[in-house]
Amino acid sequence: MSAELITASPGEVAVAHAYAAPPAQWRLLLRKPTFLVGAAILLFWVVCAVFGHLIAPYDPLAQQLLAKNAAPSGAHWFGTDSLGRDVLSRVIAGARDILTIAPVATLLGAVLGTALGLVMGYFGGIVDVLLSRVVEAVLALPVVIVAFLFIVAVGPSSLTLIIVIGFIFAPLIARTVRTAVLVEGQQDYLSSARLLGERPGYIMIAEILPNVLPVIVVEFTVRLGYAIFAVATLSFLGFGVQQPTPDWGADIAANYGLLGAGYWWETLFPALAIASLVMALNLVTDSIEQVLSS
Amino acid sequence: MLTLYLLRRVLLAIVTLWLLSLIVFLAGQVLPGDPGRAVLGPLASESTVRAYDHQLGVDRPLIVQYLSWVGGLLHGNMGTSYAFRSPVEPFVISALGNSAKLGLLALIVIVPLGIAGGVLAALYSGRFIDRVISLTGLAASTVPEFVSGIVLIIVFAIALKVLPVQASTSPGASFGDQLDHLILPVIPLVLVLFGYIARMARAGTVEALDSDYARTATLKGLPRRTVITRHVLRNSLLPTITVIATQTGYLIGGLVVVEQLFNYQGIGRLVLTAANNKDFPMLEAGVLVVGVVYMVATLIADVLYTTLNPRLRAGVAR
Amino acid sequence: MSEQQPEPEPGPTLAVEHLEITYQVRGQDRPVVRDVSFAVGRRESYGLVGESGSGKSTVALALVRYLARNGRVSGGSISINGVNPLSLSPAGLRNLRARTVSMVYQEPSRALNPSIKAGRQIAEVFEIAGLDRRSSFESAADMLRKVQIADPRRVMDRYPHELSGGMAQRVVIAMALAAEPALLILDEPTTALDATVEAEILELIAGLRQELSTSVLFISHNLAVVAKMCDRVGVLYAGELIEEGTAEQVFSESRHPYTVGLIRCIPRRGQRKDQGRLDAIPGFLPQPGRTASGCVFAERCSLVIDECRTAPPPSFDLEPGHSSRCYRHADVAELPRMTAYEGEDLGTAGPFTTPIVAISSLNKTFGSGENAVRALANVNLTIMRGETLGLVGESGSGKTTLARSLLGLTSPDAGSVMEFDGVALPARLGGRPIEQLKALQIVFQNPDSALNRRRSVRWLISQPLHRLAGLSGGRLAERLNDLVRSVRMEQRHLSLRPGQLSGGLKQRVAIARAFGGGPRLVVCDEPTSALDVSVQAAILNLLADLQAKEQVTYLFISHDLGVVRYLSDRIAVLYLGRVMEIGPAEQVFSGPHHPYTEALLSAVPSLDGQRAERIKLTGEIPSAANPPSGCVFHTRCPRRLASGVCDLTEPPLEEVEPGHFMSCHIPLSELRRLQLPVQDAAPDSMQK
Repeated sequence: MSAELITASPGEVAVAHAYAAPPAQWRLLLRKPTFLVGAAILLFWVVCAVFGHLIAPYDPLAQQLLAKNAAPSGAHWFGTDSLGRDVLSRVIAGARDILTIAPVATLLGAVLGTALGLVMGYFGGIVDVLLSRVVEAVLALPVVIVAFLFIVAVGPSSLTLIIVIGFIFAPLIARTVRTAVLVEGQQDYLSSARLLGERPGYIMIAEILPNVLPVIVVEFTVRLGYAIFAVATLSFLGFGVQQPTPDWGADIAANYGLLGAGYWWETLFPALAIASLVMALNLVTDSIEQVLSS
Repeated sequence: MLTLYLLRRVLLAIVTLWLLSLIVFLAGQVLPGDPGRAVLGPLASESTVRAYDHQLGVDRPLIVQYLSWVGGLLHGNMGTSYAFRSPVEPFVISALGNSAKLGLLALIVIVPLGIAGGVLAALYSGRFIDRVISLTGLAASTVPEFVSGIVLIIVFAIALKVLPVQASTSPGASFGDQLDHLILPVIPLVLVLFGYIARMARAGTVEALDSDYARTATLKGLPRRTVITRHVLRNSLLPTITVIATQTGYLIGGLVVVEQLFNYQGIGRLVLTAANNKDFPMLEAGVLVVGVVYMVATLIADVLYTTLNPRLRAGVAR
Repeated sequence: MSEQQPEPEPGPTLAVEHLEITYQVRGQDRPVVRDVSFAVGRRESYGLVGESGSGKSTVALALVRYLARNGRVSGGSISINGVNPLSLSPAGLRNLRARTVSMVYQEPSRALNPSIKAGRQIAEVFEIAGLDRRSSFESAADMLRKVQIADPRRVMDRYPHELSGGMAQRVVIAMALAAEPALLILDEPTTALDATVEAEILELIAGLRQELSTSVLFISHNLAVVAKMCDRVGVLYAGELIEEGTAEQVFSESRHPYTVGLIRCIPRRGQRKDQGRLDAIPGFLPQPGRTASGCVFAERCSLVIDECRTAPPPSFDLEPGHSSRCYRHADVAELPRMTAYEGEDLGTAGPFTTPIVAISSLNKTFGSGENAVRALANVNLTIMRGETLGLVGESGSGKTTLARSLLGLTSPDAGSVMEFDGVALPARLGGRPIEQLKALQIVFQNPDSALNRRRSVRWLISQPLHRLAGLSGGRLAERLNDLVRSVRMEQRHLSLRPGQLSGGLKQRVAIARAFGGGPRLVVCDEPTSALDVSVQAAILNLLADLQAKEQVTYLFISHDLGVVRYLSDRIAVLYLGRVMEIGPAEQVFSGPHHPYTEALLSAVPSLDGQRAERIKLTGEIPSAANPPSGCVFHTRCPRRLASGVCDLTEPPLEEVEPGHFMSCHIPLSELRRLQLPVQDAAPDSMQK
């Protein structure tokens, strides 16, 4: 930071610093290798999600019963599965569902959670106590079990997944937002706002929210990772995307029984796809956090 | 006065548990499908199904079913499985035992590893080893257990053939043999939990290292090692200890997946199968048991935190 | 213990020669301390004064080799008892820290490990010296007795959070002196403490110093405290030692423009706002790490000549022991006023007779049942239109609760009556009409907390204009510019955010916000406590100017009695939620006054020289959860009546002289006889 010299008028003590403006931070980000690698991989999968049908060498749903369980070869780089479908195409196409469901679910959870957290943190008192009890009861069971209970009840579909994951994440995000709001609550600017006649709703949105936004952004990126985790796991357990739609988790579930027979490619590649997506997201999140905290 | 606080916490836990039982019961009722039909199959006649249902008691009003279920629970009777036509308890108990073995093994590995990793990262904060530990932890914690499980199976069980594919052993197997079978399933659990615990330990330690009292201790002339062991750790590990207890939730979730993948008869697999079979008593009992375990864990965490933290202990005592 | 200490070397305990400390920020070297030389002799107390960015704390950290990772000593030498700490091995350094040097910091309760009992932490020092467990504990108890803790065992068994601020600081001092170090470094040790507690701690330190023949390095921004505690003083500015001498020389015969300017910023000798504005130092506090050619103070100095800007002045020796880094040190005595005030309306001196706020039976209790804390008890108060009512009190006095209740931020107990301009003031903020919101505003203590850091200055100042004054569009813009001018800010500040502003500027924004809606009464809650001394004066001047111009009433809360006296027309003294005394400022200050006021005034050190013997108060401020019976002050009152009436009956607030109210059983005539009049020369007969 460099200090600007200001011609001061008598009796005045003033100094202003040139601020390290946000553009410089983006540049810092672009220089980090972790960010670049992570972003590249993410970009690759996004492209697969959007343009999968154009890139995939074969139709992911096309069964070639004569070439079942074929090992990786020149014709099928990732081999074929038990129904003769090309694994590479299924891996490429499988990006779409997970990259649609997870972000939307996280967004839903973030919006709900932010609203809930703001209300709980700002009002405190009985509202906070009641809502906290409800949140605790909901979280009394592990996420996965709660999720599949509801999905079994309602029937698996993309929309169900989005709603279930979104609603489960909402209380988790609400907790973090609530804590951040409580910290802001100790600042005097909120009292100052009340003295100006600002009403609670306005205060929450116009005064508090801008200050807790960084927390929410970080929380969003972290939860996104967990959302991907959850979608993949639920699909593996059979509660997510259903066959024959290509999905990494579901494909692993369908084919892991064949590991004993030595057909490893049918599960390894989807597994590596999940792992790479998750790691890429982590690298990006970590670099953002590094830059923000420096 | 400490006991008063404990009593309050236990009461709260019981209330939450009751809420849970309601949720579980209602969720079970919402599950589509008729138990009788699910068991007897699509070819059985309507009257047979209805008679079966009546036998099972599912045609009674909901409240009655709920009360009789709760009543049974309080007497230690978890109900009768629709699918197996026999009491649910032995299944649940044995499944719980198996999961406990796996879970405890995971915890035994994870706790020292996570804490050591986090503290180490904090001591060398900002430097290479910190970045490595933090990134590894972060990466590992979001890779789903079944993904790492698959990779592990392929590498160790299939390619290298050093470890067995399935986690279950025949009854009466030796301890060493059981352990051998549990190694692979434990690793994904460890990976997932490591990141979180290490991160907590790191954050707590960094904060303690930067504190005024750490400065006082150093300026007193204490060697760095003493400052860390005597002054820093007890303050930094306090929040970590409670976090470990709350990780049981994730541990249980992870168990479901790992048990499914490694074909291990644990409580997670039990609940999963029951849900798919619409075997309500089994499902409800299983989920409730899981809920109880989680509650107990958080209760222990709360109590630990309060008793170990001098500030809170005084507040509670007054 | 002393037989284990090495024989003290002849010569000063601490000798610092041409010390230079550099920090590395974003790859660039920034010198933070430059060419600082001073020495602290055996049994001598040396004060290092400076504002933020002066580098005083950095020097202290360098002495014990505890600089941050990006800091290093880049030049010069340090010698403590003949030893150079910079060249020691780790074991040697530990030994130095354990035996020769001890440090005491600002916040005592944070300096102690919250998870370890106090006794253990003190005993640790003895253990390092080689004693066994049992002896260490014994010695620790002895040490606590030395710091005047009556029941050491009980205190040793407590955890730090169970100790009051004063008690905790005693424990920290005990810990520091346990090893009988040759050098004790104190960095703002009493800044976080109440006035009466501060006075006791300072006395304790002075006493122990004599007893243990320890040299003391006392670092503070508070000139009065340093003047009281130190034999010699060094003034730091922007990392350089610009003047050095005995306390008398530096403060009464200052020979550097900065020193003179700094002293002038502080209201002294009963200075009042209607006699003139404080003289502030123009320009800005330099940022640490700036490289300057020439004198560091040149751009703000009114005695500046060309030579000052080109070559840094060396240290001129004036009298033995007194030196100054100024080419024009001989002319400093005639230093003209640095900030001119022409044609400013100084405002009226009163009398103020129309009430604007009437408070009666104000009670506020926090919590309930056993844990009920009575923050305010039956407070009756009237504020007159146009006046400044100063509110004085230590922690637990209820002054902040009073202000917050008046503003509607806290709801007082039922039965409390508050009126504004004859109209009832609803307890809840939400129930107040907009006229009342407009009329009552506040300037908070901490501008970092009081301004929404994500909003621009323009937004912040526009809010009250929009919401309270109902302005918009062109009219709003016009009024915005008016306001900005009146708080002496500039247009280009409008697009900045609080994080980009200095403390003084931020407080101006806060003041602009308070005045935006055209208030009738503004509560000033310690508005200058978080600011540097030279900045305080400018803000106080601004507040006085705004009052004269806008005819507002102030409720001015502060623990700084000099500032309160400067600004206030009347003063109210609070203790444990009750009004002990209220009356015209001069009467309350000069006496005869309430015994608590008497003790408070005698506890606060002043640059104007020592008052008569300090009135010592025994014990700690009682907890508001368990107030004493009768007169709440009786447990500590040195003038408590032998008849016992003070223990039993709470004295009512009565008018003992026209306009002067007191809550005390002792009649005024008796107090007049007992209390020595406070000696303060009139402002125009200033000493040389």
